[in-house]
Amino acid sequence: MTSEAALPKDSSQKRQKQMIADHFDRLARAKEDGRKVVYTFVPGNLTELIGAFGFLPVLPEINALQSGMRGKSGGYISEAERAGHSEDVCSYVKCDFGMLKSGNIGPTGKPLPKPDLLLLSYTGCFTFMKWFEILRQEYRCPVVMLHVPYQADGRISDEMRKYVVQQLVSEVIPTMERISGRKLDEADLEERMRLSARAEDALVDVWESARHRPSPIDGYFGGVYYIGPIFSAFRGTTDAVLYYQELAAEVDERIARGDGPMTPDGPMPSERYRLVVEGPPNWTNFNEFWRMFSRERAVVVASTYTRVGGLYDLGFRHSPADPLSSLADYCLGCYTNRSLPDRVKLLEKYIRDYKADGFLINSVKSCNSFSAGQLLMLRELEKRTGVPGGFIESDLVDPRYFGRANVENRLQSYLQMLESHRSARAAS
Amino acid sequence: MRVFVGIDLGSTTTKAVLLDENGQIVGRGITNSRSNYEVACTVARDEATTSARFNFLTRALQESKESNAHAARSFELSLLGAFRLELYLAELSALRERMLELLEGARARSNASIHEAVSDILSEMEQTAPSLFSQTEERKSDFFRDLAGSAFLSAAERISHTRGLRFEALVWPFDRAILEIETEVRALDFQSVLSRAARRIGVDELGREGQDALALVIEQIGKRHLEEASFVGTGYGRQTLPFPKAAVRSEILCHGRGAHYVFPDTRTLLDIGGQDTKAIQVNEHGVVTSFQMNDRCAAGCGRYLGYIAEELSLGLHELGPLALKSSNPARINSTCTVFAGAELRERLGMGEHREDILAGLHRAIMLRAMSLLARSGGVSQEFTFTGGVCKNEMACRVLRELVDETYGKHLTINIHPDSIYMGALGAALFALDDWRAGRPQLLRVSQGGPSAVPERETGACVNCA
Repeated sequence: MTSEAALPKDSSQKRQKQMIADHFDRLARAKEDGRKVVYTFVPGNLTELIGAFGFLPVLPEINALQSGMRGKSGGYISEAERAGHSEDVCSYVKCDFGMLKSGNIGPTGKPLPKPDLLLLSYTGCFTFMKWFEILRQEYRCPVVMLHVPYQADGRISDEMRKYVVQQLVSEVIPTMERISGRKLDEADLEERMRLSARAEDALVDVWESARHRPSPIDGYFGGVYYIGPIFSAFRGTTDAVLYYQELAAEVDERIARGDGPMTPDGPMPSERYRLVVEGPPNWTNFNEFWRMFSRERAVVVASTYTRVGGLYDLGFRHSPADPLSSLADYCLGCYTNRSLPDRVKLLEKYIRDYKADGFLINSVKSCNSFSAGQLLMLRELEKRTGVPGGFIESDLVDPRYFGRANVENRLQSYLQMLESHRSARAAS
Repeated sequence: MRVFVGIDLGSTTTKAVLLDENGQIVGRGITNSRSNYEVACTVARDEATTSARFNFLTRALQESKESNAHAARSFELSLLGAFRLELYLAELSALRERMLELLEGARARSNASIHEAVSDILSEMEQTAPSLFSQTEERKSDFFRDLAGSAFLSAAERISHTRGLRFEALVWPFDRAILEIETEVRALDFQSVLSRAARRIGVDELGREGQDALALVIEQIGKRHLEEASFVGTGYGRQTLPFPKAAVRSEILCHGRGAHYVFPDTRTLLDIGGQDTKAIQVNEHGVVTSFQMNDRCAAGCGRYLGYIAEELSLGLHELGPLALKSSNPARINSTCTVFAGAELRERLGMGEHREDILAGLHRAIMLRAMSLLARSGGVSQEFTFTGGVCKNEMACRVLRELVDETYGKHLTINIHPDSIYMGALGAALFALDDWRAGRPQLLRVSQGGPSAVPERETGACVNCA
């Protein structure tokens, strides 16, 4: 087995690492540099607006998942439970709360600044509201809420768009102006929207590369690295455009060479199973989980989790023409804001477009919002596509909820089941 | 002859099945999984080979013109009992040697009277051993650990009392030695053990000629070469053993395949093993189409019943019959193994009857299984129940009631007496497939070498963490 450190890094990876390190440096210096800090969530994030006011964003979900990857989440969760949070509460919330209580040290080892504003963009996850309620209590700072109506009918109406824009105009922007002490620079916002669209174009090229055989990317385990910049602090920046263009060029080279995706053990020699995955990965045992797939030569060609911060492959782009309406459409179109039938439709599209052999649901124990209905989705997708579905259960960042033997057993059984179907088809 | 081997390495027991080229079962064996999985595999396979040879013997005896079928069967059973007795005595002798060595090496913890008491207990066990294997005696278990353990402990309890010795002083060398003895592989010379067994049961009435004929049959069967042509391993421990990757199949596929082979109209399968429960749907070819299994927590699995049995100082096989006597089952919702003991004691303390509590516990387990069944797609056609728990009559009765209540009364429910072997049977069928497809794999395990037991990590439960 090749150690991960020994694997050569692509230049896009090095670029991303530097971008993120710089961002956390900026955060660590925020107070001395006189910069204001906004905490917000990934789905429905208003990064262009945050950037236009010169604020620095902090995304507690990303801090939580990085704590999970760094082996810190177990301790943070215990800390939160000691403070009275129940075992069944969303483990991101507890991990974030525990981190806060343990000195709020960020993923690069430097302390995170306190928020000047909590920007609560509500896009389908009820827990977000409670999460910031807790943070408001702790930080004693203002909260501004953007209420995004749920896309229950699978479409965005003019009323829905106007409702969101109206909140931006009357609540969100005035609050940001008050806290920043400056007026919104519309030209700056437009430029950011333009840059966002360019990065989004390149990201879509990366996602769609998985239509090739072999797929040059893993659209789930590899995919979570690809979404790092655009889902966190970098949408609407030149850095993001450069990163995604560089990444897309590297992916093109992989296609030209006929290379499969990278795995924790180096490039995958040949793909055996093409899967679509619904649900976030487990972060506490991320590489172990990834290897369970890669060692069976199972590549994830598309995943819904990598779309939680924006469904660009369905055509949406941030637009400078009418920035506020465009931001509203972005928030309304988030994966988390979509109904069960819409999620099924999207998964069905992925299974067909990416010619998947199977689809798998990783159901998250501590996430009631998104785990509800997943078995129904599974049955419906099997019915519509004839492709067998698999079901595994783990958690986001609570290490106690990851049963290696159990997850591996289910996954291997599922892949062997796909193999039996393949042999049966070949025989008939 | 060529045989195709399937081994199901479970958390509690290890099962082996041998098939012939036509897919007919020629032998099967079972042993406790113990702390060394390689040994468990070897022993289960040896047991399967032994059972195959006994099957040949039965056929040979039935074919001989002097005997009628009934007499042949009765003779074979006596011979099998004597054969098992020989193996038991060989293990007992190894146990004696090791225990006395341990006592010798730990003079601070032993003295002449302890030494003598242990030696007397073992002699008594040797003397009473034949009764364990008589045809009339129903054994609770065939595993050496269980048989010897039960005999040793009851004798030790009595002797410690009559001779005024500490019980613990007699028992520790047994606990240590049994672990070592059961993780050693003893080479089995079928022919010589069977010859000794034949002498033991006394074959005088066969006359000189009959004895010669029997000796010839034994020799032929003992020498008959069983060539392992292909192997597939499955079960809980499959990842730990040096099974070649290509020879490993998931137990979900194996159980589906095995159950479908025995009951070809099966479309839904419930398997409750030691620490997992699986609901499986198969198609008309026995190929799995969907499955659900319990997540990180082993609540409601076979181990839970084991724990309850220990709490009540009962044998596992006694739980079902006792629960069947209940007239007023308790309402129990939790199947958490950790809390089971407390709940049990509390209810007993409140005056509830053991059988009512047990009946409630069985129902709670089966309700959990019903949830998995529903999640896997429900039951609409023939249904088969497998795994160690299907040996429990109460579990079967409750399941039948719940399936009737939930899915209607028209459904056929199969429970085969050999259900515990379904996984190994499925594995053996895959081994046969592999051989036919020209990619057979063989099982090579080092004899008695150290082997790691997989970590029992099941997640959030404080008892397991």
